[in-house]
Amino acid sequence: MDTKHIKNDVDPKFLKKHQESLYDALEDKHTTVEILDEDPLNTKMVLNMGPQHPATHGVLRLILQLNGELIEKAKLDIGYLHRGIEKIAENKTYQEFMPYTDRTDYLSPYSNNVAFCTAVEKIANVEVPERAHYIRMIGSELSRISSHLLWLGTMVQDTGAVSFFLWTFREREKIYDIFDHIGGHRFTISHARIGGVANDLTDDALAMIKDFVNEFPQELKDFHGLLDRNRIFFDRNRGVGVLPTERALEIGATGPTLRGSGYAYDIRDFEPYARYDEVEFEIPTRLEGDNLARYYVRMEEMHESIRIIRQCLDKLPKGPVRTDNAKQAYPSKDEVYYSMEGMIHDFMMTDTGICPPEGSESFHSIEAPKGELGYFIQSNGTGHPWRLGIKSPSYANLQALEDMLDGEMVADTVIMIGGVDPVMGDSDK
Amino acid sequence: MEPVTTTSYIVLGIALFMLLNSAALAVYAERRVAAFIQNRWGPNRVGPYGLFQPIADVVKLLLKEDVTPARGFKTIHAIAPMIPVFTALMTVAVIPFGDGLYATDINSGVLYILAINSLGVYGITLGGWASNSKYSLLGGLRAAAQMISYELPMGLAVASCILFAGSLSFIDVVNSQEVWWNVIRNPIAAVIFIVTAFAEANRTPFDLPEAEHELVGGYHTEYSSMKFGMFFLAEYMHVVVGSMLITTFFFGGYHLPFAGLWLPEMGVTAKAILDVSVFVLKTVFFAFLFIWVRWTIPRFKYNQVMKLGWKRLLPISIFNFLGLAVIVYFWHHYIA
Amino acid sequence: MITYIFVFLAVLAVASALAMVISKNTVNSALFLVLNMVSLAGLFLLLKAQFLAVIQILVYAGAIMVLFLFVIMLLNVEDEESLFSRFRVKYFVAFLVGIAVFSQLLYSIGSFSEMLPEVAPEMTEAGTVEAVGEVLYSQYLLPFHIIALLLTAAVNGALMIAQHKIKPGASND
Repeated sequence: MDTKHIKNDVDPKFLKKHQESLYDALEDKHTTVEILDEDPLNTKMVLNMGPQHPATHGVLRLILQLNGELIEKAKLDIGYLHRGIEKIAENKTYQEFMPYTDRTDYLSPYSNNVAFCTAVEKIANVEVPERAHYIRMIGSELSRISSHLLWLGTMVQDTGAVSFFLWTFREREKIYDIFDHIGGHRFTISHARIGGVANDLTDDALAMIKDFVNEFPQELKDFHGLLDRNRIFFDRNRGVGVLPTERALEIGATGPTLRGSGYAYDIRDFEPYARYDEVEFEIPTRLEGDNLARYYVRMEEMHESIRIIRQCLDKLPKGPVRTDNAKQAYPSKDEVYYSMEGMIHDFMMTDTGICPPEGSESFHSIEAPKGELGYFIQSNGTGHPWRLGIKSPSYANLQALEDMLDGEMVADTVIMIGGVDPVMGDSDK
Repeated sequence: MEPVTTTSYIVLGIALFMLLNSAALAVYAERRVAAFIQNRWGPNRVGPYGLFQPIADVVKLLLKEDVTPARGFKTIHAIAPMIPVFTALMTVAVIPFGDGLYATDINSGVLYILAINSLGVYGITLGGWASNSKYSLLGGLRAAAQMISYELPMGLAVASCILFAGSLSFIDVVNSQEVWWNVIRNPIAAVIFIVTAFAEANRTPFDLPEAEHELVGGYHTEYSSMKFGMFFLAEYMHVVVGSMLITTFFFGGYHLPFAGLWLPEMGVTAKAILDVSVFVLKTVFFAFLFIWVRWTIPRFKYNQVMKLGWKRLLPISIFNFLGLAVIVYFWHHYIA
Repeated sequence: MITYIFVFLAVLAVASALAMVISKNTVNSALFLVLNMVSLAGLFLLLKAQFLAVIQILVYAGAIMVLFLFVIMLLNVEDEESLFSRFRVKYFVAFLVGIAVFSQLLYSIGSFSEMLPEVAPEMTEAGTVEAVGEVLYSQYLLPFHIIALLLTAAVNGALMIAQHKIKPGASND
């Protein structure tokens, strides 16, 4: 295939202009460094991978220019899961928008809830009770483990070991059950509320979390035992998709992708939100920047999460789980059912909701499992945000992916996607 | 060449029948073993213990619409799935299942097996090419490259067995193992042969031609209905044939361990039953090994497969062959 | 019977060789060459040369032609598309039926089963692995080794060419 004029060989039907500009971009990528190489066999081809592809984690589309099995250049095409969540937010009250945050990075809904709530609390100056902070931390760390377990399962499955996926899902199932007992939902939990959390942890839930915390390290050890000394897995990950520290910072990679490249940046430690300054934990960091480094970083993060949950359970203070200010948060159900004021406040919260001061704006980001997840909110004084923006970690990390793909092999693409761990709902919003 | 007798026809008929059925049983076994490894139940609804599941599978495949790529090469697309089935079925002609229980004994039977095995790749490569899909093409190319790379170590591993037998006839190869199995006399070649058998059957960790994660379905991406079914059955037939070859070359064929030393004389019928059951048991074990490995370990990358084939297995098999040749020569001329 | 098979295989060999040359599609050519190899192997079998027959399939059909196909498939797939439509199953069936009819004709015109001379009894022994090995490693040892050296040199040359990076402007001097 003539890779100098790809456009002549393809005939896109859908979004013609966009497709053509993509192929143009692929032609132009690295043209300054490309040496004129006339291949007599002409083994080059342009491979469209996705958006309907079993291993691209949703609807990611990769356009690869191949030389045999080698990827010469790659372009990414995202946006196939764009649902306009940021625009939807402008027509919802802050509380109404909460379930939508569950559906951005749908592998760690709790972290998204917390990120959004913290941003709203920052703009509206809401005080959150101590106990609620700790419950949020437990929920966030559980969802981090759940997200990393899914990453582990899919990434290992992408290397070809299919069974691993089911083994990690057995552990995820336990976390789902815990969430079911915490908030009544297994998957999209929407448990955090502005000014606290929806309800206190039940004794059942606490017991289940304690069980999980005690049992999970052994499972993690088994996972390590299965993979760390597996030569095929090791060789397929080492030296694959190397992202140097400088390049990672230039691109703006975040989360485990950045920490795997040797930059120990974790918002939980640098600008602690909730009560992360009161618990002890390490920031797992690796210097290599390859896929194996990202693997180790995520595996160690799961260890640290367990450590954080243990400390939270120890330190969990008594007290209310939601602020008692009726202008800022929903009153408890007891008040709603048995007092007139309670019912009026409940009605007002649902109808207009919390109103941050006019003209104020805030940005707050937390360390989600995939990296820095930030919510930017501009208020015009009403109960709806005037403008809401999401800084999603997957979007930032996918930029790094495009950089990493060049010069690797076709078989590496899927494990590199696995290593970066994008969630298209998060990236496309 | 021996004259064709009635036994030959009977053995050939039963062997072909059993091989066709064993593919179906291997499909069932694969699903049950996979389920066992993954803490699931597996198929257990169709018939007792889900035993009729393969039949349901085949009926489903037969009833599916047969889609041919519009701009593909239709003839080759139709012929390609038949080739691996043919080659798998042709192998049973020379394999001895028991004392005197074989279809034919040709004096270059071992070479015949290697030759037939090498033809199987045409189905995969042509199927990948005729589909006119880039994923299929990549799968087909991988299959061709892999097959060529692993045929040499396999041939050399087999050749080092022939040093002990002194003949290219399967009967002699099996009879030479009556006391000492080749796996004991020649363990390196046994390992090499098992590895290459995995590669020739396109099973994990060498399933790059179909690599469902990066190449969607590899060479059979564009196949549907019974054309896909043929590829599917051929894969399992190759697993069974591979297990039979491992058994025959390295694990004594139908002989029990050290059978020549302790096994008493038996009647023809009793011996035949014993031989066939021993052979079947060994074959089942290796088929299980194939399945076990598939659901446990990851897949190689293309360059790793090439490196393993050309830089590791080939030199090792050459030196193993040379070393054994020297030892066998000295054994025959100076000691025994 | 033997004569009939011989005539069939001989006609098949010639026809597939012709088809290989005539065919415009490279993959078709390669496949016809494979058919040619297989029919030649059949002819060897008729001459009781089992070893040669098997080696013919193992080396030529199994290894060399797979490499040929590998290279052809790497060539431009798109250019072949126009040729796809010309090739139909019926042509292939017609090809085989034609060969069967033609060989039947030849056989009938010849009309005597003694068309072929009887295979000498010692041929049964000459075609086996032992016989070939015996001759190859004693009488023709030197030529055999020279050929081995030649092939090694050829492989090295091929490796050199494959490893060699074509640099811009290098071909000018």
